[in-house]
Amino acid sequence: MASNGIKDRVAIVGMGCTPFGEHWDKGPDDLLIDAAKEAYKSAGIEPDQVDAYWLGTMASGVSGLVLSEALKIPYKPVTRLENMCATGSEAMRNAAYAVACGAYDLVMAIGVEKLKDSGFSGLVVSPPPNDGTHSSMTPPATFSLLAPAYAKKYGVESDTLKQVLARIAWKNHRNGAKNPKAQFRKEVPMETICKSTPVAGMLGIFDCSGVSDGSAAAILCRAEDAHKYTDHPIFLKALSFVAGRAEGNFSQDYDFTTFPEVVASASDAFKQAGVKDPREEISMAEVHDCFTPTELVLMEDMGFSPRGQAWKDVLDGRFDGDGVQPINPDGGLKSFGHPIGASGLRMMYEMWLQLRGEAGARQIKNPKLGVTHNLGGAPGRCVSFVSVVGL
Amino acid sequence: MAGIVRYGSYVPYLRLTRAAIGAGKGERAVASYDEDSVSMVVEAARDALRGGVAIDTLLFATTSPPYAEKLNAATIQAALDLPETVTSADLGGSTRMGVGALLLGLDVAAAGRCALVGAGDVVVGAPGGGRETLGGDAGVAFITGTDSDAVARVIGRASSTMEILDVWRLPEDRFAKQWEERFAADTLGPSILDTAKRALQQAGVGAETLSTVILDSSNPRSLAALPKALGLQPAQLADPLAATVGRSGAAHAGLMLARALDTAKPGDRILVICAADGTDALVLEVTEKIKSLPPVRKVDRWIASKRNDLAYNTYLRWRGILPFEPPRRPDPERPAAPPMRRHERWKLAFVGSRCQKCQAGHLPPQRVCVKCGAIDQMKAERFADTSCRIATYTLDHLAYSLQPPVVAAVVDYEGGGRFSCELTDVDANEVAIGNHLEMSFRRLFTAQSVHNYFWKARPGR
Repeated sequence: MASNGIKDRVAIVGMGCTPFGEHWDKGPDDLLIDAAKEAYKSAGIEPDQVDAYWLGTMASGVSGLVLSEALKIPYKPVTRLENMCATGSEAMRNAAYAVACGAYDLVMAIGVEKLKDSGFSGLVVSPPPNDGTHSSMTPPATFSLLAPAYAKKYGVESDTLKQVLARIAWKNHRNGAKNPKAQFRKEVPMETICKSTPVAGMLGIFDCSGVSDGSAAAILCRAEDAHKYTDHPIFLKALSFVAGRAEGNFSQDYDFTTFPEVVASASDAFKQAGVKDPREEISMAEVHDCFTPTELVLMEDMGFSPRGQAWKDVLDGRFDGDGVQPINPDGGLKSFGHPIGASGLRMMYEMWLQLRGEAGARQIKNPKLGVTHNLGGAPGRCVSFVSVVGL
Repeated sequence: MAGIVRYGSYVPYLRLTRAAIGAGKGERAVASYDEDSVSMVVEAARDALRGGVAIDTLLFATTSPPYAEKLNAATIQAALDLPETVTSADLGGSTRMGVGALLLGLDVAAAGRCALVGAGDVVVGAPGGGRETLGGDAGVAFITGTDSDAVARVIGRASSTMEILDVWRLPEDRFAKQWEERFAADTLGPSILDTAKRALQQAGVGAETLSTVILDSSNPRSLAALPKALGLQPAQLADPLAATVGRSGAAHAGLMLARALDTAKPGDRILVICAADGTDALVLEVTEKIKSLPPVRKVDRWIASKRNDLAYNTYLRWRGILPFEPPRRPDPERPAAPPMRRHERWKLAFVGSRCQKCQAGHLPPQRVCVKCGAIDQMKAERFADTSCRIATYTLDHLAYSLQPPVVAAVVDYEGGGRFSCELTDVDANEVAIGNHLEMSFRRLFTAQSVHNYFWKARPGR
């Protein structure tokens, strides 16, 4: 089975990202235009220089027409794609292969989601016509299953685990407070987090990422062309995507303390990038903290913590903004927000800023390699994307 | 002649105390928000069919049909995984039809066929009225067959049909009306007595030889004179279950009969009288075969297994009598006809699949094995009666439910197979990993005038 990777063959030469939040005054068109404008400017290019586009959106429009009409693109290819919460990253991954193979020279990957027009609480996904037997479990409920399973398997007291989860939320809010583009920019005390209204299982409101609108975009080209656009490109070292087989849903062996899909995609990505010890070699990572126990489990699935030890690393502050291995330095889904089509590109945007020394109050010292990760679906049945990026 | 070969009963888990309604003593059985006359009959019939009994006729009686037009008996056929070759019919229009259907089922058995007769009702009355307070919800099922197979054989029967404005309801009306009770009591009463006497005469037995007399009427007053007129002793009269269940419409006479059979001995004689728009009377004699009946869950066990802290306004919301603020979540979509037909055995009968290569169980059924990858090497397997337990669970406060919070569990089945589903009839505080569960046929919701039936798990009762 070949997954050869395209290490160091593709560069990102410009990026844009709108603030994420409740943009009552902006539709998907507006958000796309705002992100694209910023990306063109960042790369120092005119719009017409882009050869092809990849548009990621789950529910805010169908067909590439959503983008081509908004930007008035002159008869160019626009692929609209979706892979649940990995949609934005998928846009980037496919755009990267298109320049790597030489079909195009300069491309844009852009993601958008407009979740606040529905009027409904929480994420709303309409399935195709079906037999009415599908699970009605909400996302918080499905991910809430991780917490007691983790506690039981690794002998962590329930109260301690609650503290661990709260610490993760606290960290991400603290990071977001330093981020002018984040949806939530206030630090939240641990006590407030622990007392928040129950949503599902052990999870309260502060354990769940919010619903928001936003867009983010990246301009990519082959590595040898990067100098035409910027003196400070960043380079893709690995792109990996795995769609699971829903094994966890069917098998009694699945114990809700891991995502096999994440393990597989992380392993593939690190192999592509030549990373042998993620805990030592990865300077920083943006991971899919849709819910606090998700981030906890991801630390072990990604190899940042040994199995059963992530909870200790969390409490030790290893993953804090000023810690040994900062996780979600921009605030993560938790405080930056999660407009589905845009999130993967927003994560890359933080890697872009960090690697170029442009992260301001959030700046990590001398980052070498960064990771972005997205997970879509639920424990037992999900997709996972992992990228490795660096200078 | 013919008789009853097997039977089953079902009383829902919840009770509404009359004190909560503000009307007297005792309590009435209440079908949960996810139950209806069809789902309750399915539960009752599962006991009757346990061990595999071949039937060729299916009769369903109710005055609260889930569909006014679309055969409800078909839903029962599918949920019980009965062959599509059965002859089926819905009966309705009167609470007498439970016994009416039983008589037809017995006729069918006398002709050499074998009928499953189900009767179920969700009895709703206008708040403040007697029907709401005195009504109850329940289901019952009988299988009819030949004399020689019967646990209770028919030794006499009689009927009368009477055009009388006692209880009535137009299809578009929500609540039934009743004429001044004394009118029907005085008009129906004598006819009930006459019918009872004719049945006893045909049976050739005296009233004093009856072990149990079941009296059920749309008008309780109409029965008042009967015991004395027949010379019955109080000990012969079956408990009408007024304080524990309430009159469960078309199911009620059958429910009382099932309860009598629960404790009957060979040689016992049972008289069933059911009156509404006329009378149906039936005299049964219990046979030796009652001793070798496979175990069924008895009526008293269903009655004892209960929860009675239901709030009156919750009950009113569930019955659509009290409007309320909807949640900020989209209305559910109606299920689509072609996928429902394609997946009928899964959706309605809870039939999954098992890989013939590696034995991995699959819920829902699959063509490709998740464990060994084999394609199209699956065999259908029904998991509805498979022993199962909670692998893990959560309380979902965000999901919309008429009885929040939703208890969602990951359920593991003995012999392999796992499925995530909602739990019902459960106290959220008593859920624990490892708890044993049973699968139960329920009506999840109704959207755009389509009922969505499927299965949930519940603790054993």
